[in-house]
Amino acid sequence: MAILEKRRLWLAALIAAAILFPLFVANGYYVHMMTISFIWMIAVYGLNLFAGYTGYLSLAHAGFFAIGAYTLGILTVKAGWPFWLAFAAACLLTTLIGVFVGLVALRTKEHFFAIYTLCVGYIIYLIIDKWDSLTGGVRGFIGIPAPADIGPLSFQTPVAQYYLVLFFLLVVVWIMHRLVYSLTGRTYIAIRNSEELALTLGISTMKNKLASFVLSVFFTSLAGALYASFIRFLGPDIAYVSVMFDFLTYLLVGGIGTLAGPVVGTLLVTFLSQQLQFLQDYRMLIFGPVLTLLIIFYPHGIAGGIIRLKAKRSEARRLQLEATQASAELAAASRQERSERYAKEG
Amino acid sequence: MFLHVERLTKRFGGLLAVNDVTFSVEQGKINAIIGPNGAGKSTFFNLISGLHRPTSGTITFKGRDITRLPANERAKLGIARTFQTTHLFEQATVMDNVIIGHRLRTSSNLFDAILRTKRHRREEQACKEKAMEVLDFVGLTHVADRMVANLSQEQKKRAAFALALATDPELVLLDEPAAGINPDETEGLEELIVNMVQRGLTVCLIEHKMSMIMKIADRIMVLNYGEKIAEGTPEEVKNNEAVIQAYLGGSAIA
Repeated sequence: MAILEKRRLWLAALIAAAILFPLFVANGYYVHMMTISFIWMIAVYGLNLFAGYTGYLSLAHAGFFAIGAYTLGILTVKAGWPFWLAFAAACLLTTLIGVFVGLVALRTKEHFFAIYTLCVGYIIYLIIDKWDSLTGGVRGFIGIPAPADIGPLSFQTPVAQYYLVLFFLLVVVWIMHRLVYSLTGRTYIAIRNSEELALTLGISTMKNKLASFVLSVFFTSLAGALYASFIRFLGPDIAYVSVMFDFLTYLLVGGIGTLAGPVVGTLLVTFLSQQLQFLQDYRMLIFGPVLTLLIIFYPHGIAGGIIRLKAKRSEARRLQLEATQASAELAAASRQERSERYAKEG
Repeated sequence: MFLHVERLTKRFGGLLAVNDVTFSVEQGKINAIIGPNGAGKSTFFNLISGLHRPTSGTITFKGRDITRLPANERAKLGIARTFQTTHLFEQATVMDNVIIGHRLRTSSNLFDAILRTKRHRREEQACKEKAMEVLDFVGLTHVADRMVANLSQEQKKRAAFALALATDPELVLLDEPAAGINPDETEGLEELIVNMVQRGLTVCLIEHKMSMIMKIADRIMVLNYGEKIAEGTPEEVKNNEAVIQAYLGGSAIA
């Protein structure tokens, strides 16, 4: 219970820090960076739900991110839809496409699933890149409006947009938290652990995998729609493999299959890569080896590593406690024996 | 008839893993399947539990044809199984592993999970209670909070039993439960299996440890190269010429 309380306190402090951040950091650039990081985090949570908790590595998520972003752009600019209607439609349409992709992709497993989804992602990229009349092709897509006002709330300033994105991030984290500690979350984890075992325990693996995949696509499309309304310019690059691998890097550094992982990894990597900006493309010379070392020594990322370390420590403490108890009992027994012997002899 | 398998055949390309086997599992008994390595025992289990589809033949459970039924549906009908390697999640506690065993008897979905509905709370509680109950039955209550990775091989086997029992099965298929554990622990598992049958369960097990089989099995079927070569009580099987030949090669005098 004490651990739970401590975690609550930490969480509250973190949320408070996130809320106060723009008030204390006057530098608009940092607020912008933070907003973008939050958007990545939402996408990475989507990836984490499926890759981390259900055990299937999807490489199509940058594609879904882009579909969400482009749908919002096209519906607002070309079709003239109201912003929030287009926003909801963007998420729904992407999710629907996710259902169809999932129905086919989930017939494959492991590497084949990764390769299949990699292809899906690349096809999405190609469609966006080549469908000039709809997406603007390589020239990109401009003029996407900022989020429309909701009653008295206006999202025209960067700080207001920061709070809007933070709100969505918190909702996603909250849903993830509820999910992971529920029977449904346990079901996903059971599938990740062993699909055969899950099947023989009466779990419909296909149904559960599809639900998890679709929800994960939904989160990612939400991130895409937010991205479009925040950056307000889209190029086909956002569907490209490199964005996919950025997501994956954030997730692996932070900790795949952990709740804190996406936040830790995204913050760390985006800020580190900002600090190393002066190295230009050479910064990959640093990132590559660091990432490799991390995966060798901390395959569960930073958050996963800490969780395991804690578990090990509490196990060691428990063993020690048992050992001291046992030796105390032994000592007491021998003392008694001795005193009985003395009593007889004396 | 409880579980009946009629002329079951499974072919993997050119290999006949199970060849025309007809076999019945008797209710409330310990039914054993033995045979040399590669005899098709595990394939036979995979066919019954639904992980493999048979090439031909039928499987009926409590009078119902389940030959085409997927594995998860069979589990709901009351067929549970364990694996040679326990398949447990090593980085989670025993309790966390076993809770999911009762999931098939619950119906709460994604939305129940997110909204924490009454149904979800009730079913989560039911799963926890079931897990406690089966852990108590297999004698693991004292290690319920420990990581599976820190358990002994025998405790892992018991945890796998608990997981299978949490599904509320009528028939439990045990795939080499005593593999990799010492003789003392094997005796403990024998006791547990006998207890399961006394509780009204039906057990069907694959095992290599003959002393164990001869002691607890009511009926034995012997497979060799995918074919049934003998069936009967332990006494009958022990003295069967074909069985001795399969195990020792040539006609040895036992």
